[in-house]
Amino acid sequence: MSIKFSLNKLIPAVAVALAAFSAGTIATAAEDMPPLPKHDWGFKGPFGTYDRAAAQRGFQIYKEVCSACHSLELLSYRDLEGLGLTANQVKGIAAEFQVSDIGDDGSAIERPARPSDHFKKPFPNELAAAAANGGKAPPDLSVIVKAREGGPDYVYGILTGYVPYDKLTPEQIKEFNVKKDDNFNLHFPGHRIAMPQPLEDGKVTYVDGTKNTLQQEASDVVEFLSWASEPHLEARNRTGVRVILFLLAMAGLMYAVKRAVWADAH
Amino acid sequence: MASSSIPAGAHGDPTRRDFLMVATGAMGAVGAIAVAWPFINNLNPAADTLALSTVEVNVQAIAVGQAITVNWRGKPVFIRHRTEKEIKEAEAVPLSELRDPQTDDSRVTDTAKKVRREWLIVVGVCTHLGCVPLGTKPGDPRGEYDGWFCPCHGSQYDTSGRIRKGPAPLNLLVPDYLFTTDTLVRIG
Amino acid sequence: MASSHGAPPVFNNKVVAWIDHRLPIFSYMEKEYHTFPTPRNFNYFWNFGAIATVMLVLMIVTGIVLATNYQPNADLAFASVERIMRDVPSGWLLRYMHMTGASFFFAAVYIHIFRGLYYGSYKAPRELLWMLGVVILLLMMATAFMGYVLPWGQMSFWGATVITNLFSAIPVVGESIVTWLWGGFAVGNPTLNRFFALHYLLPFIIVGVVALHVVALHVHGSNNPLGIDPKGPQDTVPFHPYYTMKDGFGVMIFLIIYAAFTFFAPNALGDVNNYIQANPLVTPNEIVPEWYLLPFYAILRAIPDKLGGVICMFGSILLLLVLPWLDTSRVRSCTFRPIYKWFVFVLVIDVLVLGYCGAHPPEGWYVPAARLATTYYFFHFLILLPVLGKIERPLPLPSSIADAVLKKKAV
Repeated sequence: MSIKFSLNKLIPAVAVALAAFSAGTIATAAEDMPPLPKHDWGFKGPFGTYDRAAAQRGFQIYKEVCSACHSLELLSYRDLEGLGLTANQVKGIAAEFQVSDIGDDGSAIERPARPSDHFKKPFPNELAAAAANGGKAPPDLSVIVKAREGGPDYVYGILTGYVPYDKLTPEQIKEFNVKKDDNFNLHFPGHRIAMPQPLEDGKVTYVDGTKNTLQQEASDVVEFLSWASEPHLEARNRTGVRVILFLLAMAGLMYAVKRAVWADAH
Repeated sequence: MASSSIPAGAHGDPTRRDFLMVATGAMGAVGAIAVAWPFINNLNPAADTLALSTVEVNVQAIAVGQAITVNWRGKPVFIRHRTEKEIKEAEAVPLSELRDPQTDDSRVTDTAKKVRREWLIVVGVCTHLGCVPLGTKPGDPRGEYDGWFCPCHGSQYDTSGRIRKGPAPLNLLVPDYLFTTDTLVRIG
Repeated sequence: MASSHGAPPVFNNKVVAWIDHRLPIFSYMEKEYHTFPTPRNFNYFWNFGAIATVMLVLMIVTGIVLATNYQPNADLAFASVERIMRDVPSGWLLRYMHMTGASFFFAAVYIHIFRGLYYGSYKAPRELLWMLGVVILLLMMATAFMGYVLPWGQMSFWGATVITNLFSAIPVVGESIVTWLWGGFAVGNPTLNRFFALHYLLPFIIVGVVALHVVALHVHGSNNPLGIDPKGPQDTVPFHPYYTMKDGFGVMIFLIIYAAFTFFAPNALGDVNNYIQANPLVTPNEIVPEWYLLPFYAILRAIPDKLGGVICMFGSILLLLVLPWLDTSRVRSCTFRPIYKWFVFVLVIDVLVLGYCGAHPPEGWYVPAARLATTYYFFHFLILLPVLGKIERPLPLPSSIADAVLKKKAV
């Protein structure tokens, strides 16, 4: 007796296999990490969009807090227009920064940044960044949300996951070898993170008056960093919906054509 | 069985089947164009190239009688702070004498229609075969008409950047520019 | 049977006739892709050759436009890819299409290979056709491996380091070969540059081998789910419009799934580590290739000896070249091989298990699982196939394709 093979059975099998592979590539941690905090990001899903107000607040946080150590070098100031800022606002923001350039006489000069310039780096190179930060260079944040397992949830978890030394249990101190000066973070693999807690309640005063709790600040900066990692997300979602609807219609027509062509052959 | 293209018979009458084929073909063509467009659009200038399409220059430091060269879209642009003598020379030339007739006034008007006679802004590329004419730096030869002299084939431009002698067919190009303040000009 | 169907075609269009008289491309198209007699009983597995071809064209076209902006220099590569994603018009789309396209190209080819295995398409007289297919697979793997290095992320760099280091296992000349491959003393700029040049070149070689593959196919025509040769026109239909339209439909369905991943989950099949710029001083926790190379990676790591692992990994693919001679059964299609067909499913599960093991660090139960799965893989081809072919009692074959189709309709 032969078993009928149908595409219906195959496609889900292949999809499951592919999903298994992709799940399989996720590194299983050596110990059970606490689950990442669940957060409803508006940009998730096929109809996701960025909350521009939140992202602008997040940019404010990046500028006032994070940019001291973390570069954003793959973005240019003009990209900020994607957050809803005007060309003049962007010009003003860029001009706040001094960037290196070569003068007319060939000597090194500093000049105000233009919108076309890339974001100014806090350190001239990786070695200087590491030297100024206890041997480990703070990572560039341009694609950080795509560069970490868990994406935006992970970054949010890190920003809100610090536990002060005096709140740790003796078991935690022993198991993870925590010293008094270490920064303990629930979601960082190995738990001892080089970065001291960057955000806290009231760290930044929002221009639009939003309440500046740690959760709000973390959520806003993650919205900004998610946009920074994937600025064309909304165009991608929009195009994707149209493409799939078109392909569904086209598939339907092709099926009808196929049936019409094969009508007499069966 | 059937060896011809579209088999006649069973499923629906011919007009319905024809409609199906035409509709599918039309939709397919639309799809093909929609797919082709991003590939073609991809070759258009990218955002970072477009961001460099204008340049802002502070002309405060250019003294009367002096000229500078700035880089705009990869080309040199001459900005000359003209003396009264140079302006009068330019205005005095009758249009009939010019190979490429243009009034001096029309060449010193910005995009907001404001005329600033003392500022001449021209693209420093000879309209003959593309060399950079001399005349901007002090000590450069300026030719008989006190403007610019192209060393490649001897084209000579006047104090309005207009071609007077030599093989070049057109005047030095005046780019779109706008004085956003009295000392700040945006080119492009 | 691919016997010609009578007199050569006559073209009404004068220009077409003029060209065809001098370079018979139109007669060729007419014969090979219009009237070409094709078995009437294909199932949807037979779509995947056409789907794979569509994906090959898509990869080449997206690759070329990406190459207009990509910088093959270790200091510039990562940033140039991000520039494509952000500044280049539609750059994000083309990059994601190319990235997802690679996965779907392999998916289509693996399903295409499964069809060949199950229905005995590799058996006489299609041995060379099958071998050309294996060559295509090898070229694809080389192309994909080099392509993955180009973004110069952490996984690009370290994957390149691990795989090129394998060649040091070769006795006597191993180290020199590795230095020669690298163009230096470690994976670096020279390596990246040459990988880019070769990554651009190889797809056109693939096109050439695909052309040979299709020419070889057309000599004896396609196999079919019953594995019996067509006996006359009642067993076949002209390729156009029957299979052009059926393939068109299959391609649309495939593209829907491809679009779903490209637009809504473009990074689901990739590794987050590749969004970190390559750092020769920091190794990621786990070095993992893309999913389509995982089974072979698992075989590599299953063997405790370095050279043994390399030999088994390449051997697992080169083995496929001699498959037509390993299988001793006189029956092509597993439809009529009641015992062997189950082992084909076991092989599929075995490869999936290998892939799963390949995605995980070689610790704990992954180690014996990978070793067991590797053992079964080689057992399947080297022992099971030759033996089973001799002792299995196949089911009775139908008298012809048309008969089988009619019988099915009557049921």
